[in-house]
Order: sequence, then C-alpha cells, then structure tokens
Amino acid sequence: MKIAVLVKQVPGTESPLPIQSNQNWVDEGAVAYVMNESDNYALEEALQIREANDEGEVVAVSLGPDRSQKVIREALAKGADRGIHIQLDTAGMIDPLVTASYFADTFKDENFDLIFTGLQSDDLGMGQTGIILGELLGMSTASMAMATEVGGGKIKVKRELEAGWFQWVSLSLPASVSIQSGLNVPRYPSLKGIMGAKKKEIKVVTPSVANQSQSVEKVYVPQSDKQTVMIEGSVEQIVGKLVETFRNEIKVL
Amino acid sequence: MDILIVLEDSNGKIHRMGLESIVGAQKMAEELGLSIGALVMGANVDLLAEEASGLNVGEVLKVENELLSTYSADGYAETVKQVIEQENPTYVIFGHTYQVRDYAPKVSAKLMKPFIVDNVSVTTNGGNSVFTKLMFNGKLFSDVTPTGDGPYLISFQSAAFSSEKADVGSAPVRDCTVNLDVSMIRTESEEPFQEEAGGIDLTSADIIVSVGRGIGKEGNIPLAKELAQALGGELASSRPVVDAGWLPAAHQIGSSGQSVSPKMYLALGISGAIQHVVGMKGSKNIVAINKDPEAPIFEIADYGVVGDVLEIIPKLTEGIQ
Ligand SMILES: Cc1cc2nc3c(=O)[nH]c(=O)nc-3n(C[C@H](O)[C@H](O)[C@H](O)COP(=O)(O)OP(=O)(O)OC[C@H]3O[C@@H](n4cnc5c(N)ncnc54)[C@H](O)[C@@H]3O)c2cc1C
Repeated sequence: MKIAVLVKQVPGTESPLPIQSNQNWVDEGAVAYVMNESDNYALEEALQIREANDEGEVVAVSLGPDRSQKVIREALAKGADRGIHIQLDTAGMIDPLVTASYFADTFKDENFDLIFTGLQSDDLGMGQTGIILGELLGMSTASMAMATEVGGGKIKVKRELEAGWFQWVSLSLPASVSIQSGLNVPRYPSLKGIMGAKKKEIKVVTPSVANQSQSVEKVYVPQSDKQTVMIEGSVEQIVGKLVETFRNEIKVL
Repeated sequence: MDILIVLEDSNGKIHRMGLESIVGAQKMAEELGLSIGALVMGANVDLLAEEASGLNVGEVLKVENELLSTYSADGYAETVKQVIEQENPTYVIFGHTYQVRDYAPKVSAKLMKPFIVDNVSVTTNGGNSVFTKLMFNGKLFSDVTPTGDGPYLISFQSAAFSSEKADVGSAPVRDCTVNLDVSMIRTESEEPFQEEAGGIDLTSADIIVSVGRGIGKEGNIPLAKELAQALGGELASSRPVVDAGWLPAAHQIGSSGQSVSPKMYLALGISGAIQHVVGMKGSKNIVAINKDPEAPIFEIADYGVVGDVLEIIPKLTEGIQ
C-alpha cells in the first residue's frame, strides 16, 4: 500500500494575522505556522494503515515556499518514509484547481494506492484539493472520513454527514480520501523519530506557474453590526458583573 | 438560463441551505439581469420538483435516473456536469452542504472551472459578481472573483441568506436526461446512521455552558462542569474538545453535532468558527469569555469578556453559589 499524505503549513489558531498594507494578503512574515490540524489526523491514519499491514510506504507531500519543509520534516519525524516538497510561493494563491494540478503532475509516476488529505485547510478553507486531485488522477473519492478500513482492493470510509449522522461508503482503489479531525489520536514524534527524519529524503520539485481561475481581491477584518456589551475590570469585578447580568438581564438565576 | 441552482434532497424536502442559496441567486439575477433555473435530481423527485416550482426560479429542471436512487459522488458529479454542458449557465449555485463538499469539487475538476466555496455574501462590481468568504477560520473576510470564462461554481454558507425571503412563484418543470452508466459509480454506500447520544439532549436545555480548546486540558473540564451545575445548566463543547477525547461526541455543538437555542449560551474559550456558530447562534443570549479580543465569537456575542477562562470560571462558580 503506497499512501500519499498532503500536509499543509497554515497559521496556528493563536497566530497573529496582520493584513498587508495593499490588503492583498496577510503579512506572512508575522505568522506562526503549524501543520494543518486535519492533515495531522490524515498523516496518523496513513501511518496506522501502514503499520497494520506491515508493509507499504507513506509519503508526505507539501506545496508552498521553503518554510513548508518544516511540516514535511515533522511528518517524517512521526514516521513518514519520505517527503516531496512542491516549491512555490503560495501567498494569496487560492485556486484549488491549480494546487491540485501541481500535485497531479508530481504524482504522475508515483502510482499511489491512496491519497489522504485533511478535509480543509485552516487558512483558505477551500476543502477541495484532495477531491480534485483524485478526479484528475482518475481515482474514486470520498470526503470527511471519521474511520477507515482497508482490505480486498477497497477502502471503506465512515463519512461524516450533517448533524451527527454518518454513512459507510466503500471505494475501489486507488482512492483519494479527505480526513476529518478526531478519527484517531495523532502521535507525537519521538526523539529517535526526529533524529531519523534528518536522514530521510525530501525531493524538491519546482512546477511551472499556471493561471488561477479564482483570485483574491482583498482581505479585511470582519465588521459586525451586533452590539456586544463588553464586561471589563478586575477578575472580581468581572465575576460580579457577570452574576448580575445572569440575574437581572438574562434572568437565569 | 444564466444561473443554475442545484437543490439537494433532505428527507424528501429541499435542503434548507438550498432555499437560502436561492435567495443569493435571486439577488445576483436582479442585479445582473440574469435568468434562473433550479435543478433537482434523484430516482423519484416529483415532490422535490413540485416544491421547487413553487419558488421564483424561472424554471425547474428535473433529472430522474435509477442510478441516482442513492447518493454517490460519482453519479451526482457526472449528472451536474452533463446538465451544465447542456444548459450552459454562467453561474452554478449550491448551498455549502456536506454533500456538496463531497461531489461539487469533482464537477469543478471535470470542467476545469473554479468552485468558489462557502461564501457569506455576493455583491456586484462593474457588472461582475464579487463573492465574500471567510478565511483563516473565520478571522478574516476575503473578496474573491472568478477569472476566465464561466461557468463558475459557487456555494453559499449556511445562513448567508434568510430562506424566508425565497420568493413565491410558479415555475414550469422540464425533464432533462443525462447518460449514466453503472460503471461510472465506483462507490457503494450503506444506510446513514446516528450514533448513540448517551442520553444527552442539549436541545431542551435552558442554560448551556460550552467549552472550547481554550479550556486547555482534560483536567480543567471539571471546572466547567461545576459551573454548569451551579447554573443548573448542561455542559457542551466545540469539536476539538471532543476530538481530543475530553468529552463524548454527544456534547458537540455545531454543524456536525447538535444545534441548540437555549436562553443562555456561555462560550468559554471558543473562537467562534462558523461550523460551531451554526449550532448555537439561535441562542437568546450569548455570553463569550475569550482571551483574544479579536476572536470571531465576539461578533455574535451579546455579552463579552476578554479574559482567561481558567481564572474566571472557578470564581464565577463561587459567585453564583
Ligand atoms: C466540515 C467541518 C465540520 C465541523 N464541525 C464542527 C462542529 O460541529 N462543531 C465545532 O465546534 N466545530 C466544528 N468544526 C471545527 C471548527 O471549524 C473549528 O475548528 C472549531 O469549532 C474550533 O474550536 P474552538 O473554538 O474550541 O478552538 P479554537 O479555534 O482553537 O479556539 C480556541 C479559543 O480559545 C481561546 N483561548 C485559549 N486559551 C484561553 C484562555 N485561557 N482563556 C480564554 N480563552 C482562551 C483562544 O483565544 C481561541 O479563540 C468543523 C469543521 C469542519 C471543516
């Protein structure tokens, strides 16, 4: 079983996101990057499948500028066998068709049985790359996996539906599956893993730049018309005002 | 037609988000002088077609095919692709449902046309549509435009428009034929199911104390539980708390969990991502405590506290007792 996992470097949940003065994008120099949350679950799922079958290969692939190699190294430290870095300045690049095409070109001769992606990235939130990639490579696809079972030339996927519903879907291989957070417990890299990762190969490819079919005009901070009563002061004062609000305004005490 | 709206079956009715997206399409049609059609598909969609014909949509296209009797990404993507090729719309509009997330990207890939997703609004600028979507987990807005020739695939976020505004009409229904073959469908689906809720029904609670990742660690959950008890309310959470195994899945509020509208929703260390907000924005009073003054939860909160939940929760429990 040869599995590709797409891992993306995105701003962490508590990272600052200053907007560039031309409003085209965020100032990436000020951002604290981490591995996209659902990608981390996708990686874990791939590693568990490889371990359960005692054979196969997990390849961590990231598209982005040089800094992206950090998430590939992290994946290698957790147990991925090798990495591929599609080197590209992605600032403001939002077209999943283009992104998926770069991966498809890179994967032409790889013959992966499975491609796992997180269900969406915490920056752009497009949620399409893995599915488009599967389609471009002629694979079957499924999204939002909350469990997987591999066997008999198939992958069975427990798809998350809306409002707490699920559905099992069986896909013929090769398949591209997007992974929802929470389906496993992602591991931390061991010290041995971190040391070993340094010796693992990261192949760097540079694609020729393609035209985008959608583009960002500007980014800005949301404004809301909602009047929020802000409760301020010392912790004691805040607690006092909250209790009073619960009692006299909301009337739940 | 210029705008094709793709409607989804939700237990024999048009999915709420489809109705909402009709309102968005109507706005575009009005501002740009465009015509609208709505597509329903399945093995037997008379009822859906009838419901759609009662809306102000110009006409209703009906695709009936045995291979669409149960949902499959392959079958639905191929159907929508063929209808687009037959009808040549400039815009194809969807509600951003989980089903649309599953198959619409395939349509985008088949046609090599953009899918601009999860928009909260659309405006017109110089005769073109500009779509506004949330990025960076709800922290920033971004205005996005398609480039190149249509068709452009567009989806609208839950509650981007109020479905009550979907105008009444009497649209004619037209049968459409697509060519599907069993070999095109590479998946087999089982029946949808719901997991055991473990006796937790948050929908009838008057007071909900809900914890997010900001609670820090599993060991802090009892603090929130005690606060919920002091208030006589129920304990709920955002997804990461469930993902981490700190609370069972039945506690999750949001698009994948329960939707609630209590008298008071106390959000503790929850950022306010849309997938959470759709499950609680109907609450009568939203009180948010978050250490980040720019957290999106404050955009919908009635009362807000910028502060550390770990400091505030125990004292608040005490204060109530
Ligand atoms: C298809 C899909 C479905 C999803 N379904 C759901 C769903 O049903 N429900 C759901 O909740 N999410 C869902 N999500 C995930 C959602 O997008 C968010 O990732 C999630 O809601 C974030 O949870 P959070 O606010 O707890 O965590 P974060 O976004 O990490 O926010 C944590 C917050 O805590 C604050 N904080 C940290 N420490 C403290 C402190 N000591 N005191 C005060 N504040 C602090 C931070 O400032 C931050 O705002 C879904 C996502 C997708 C893509």
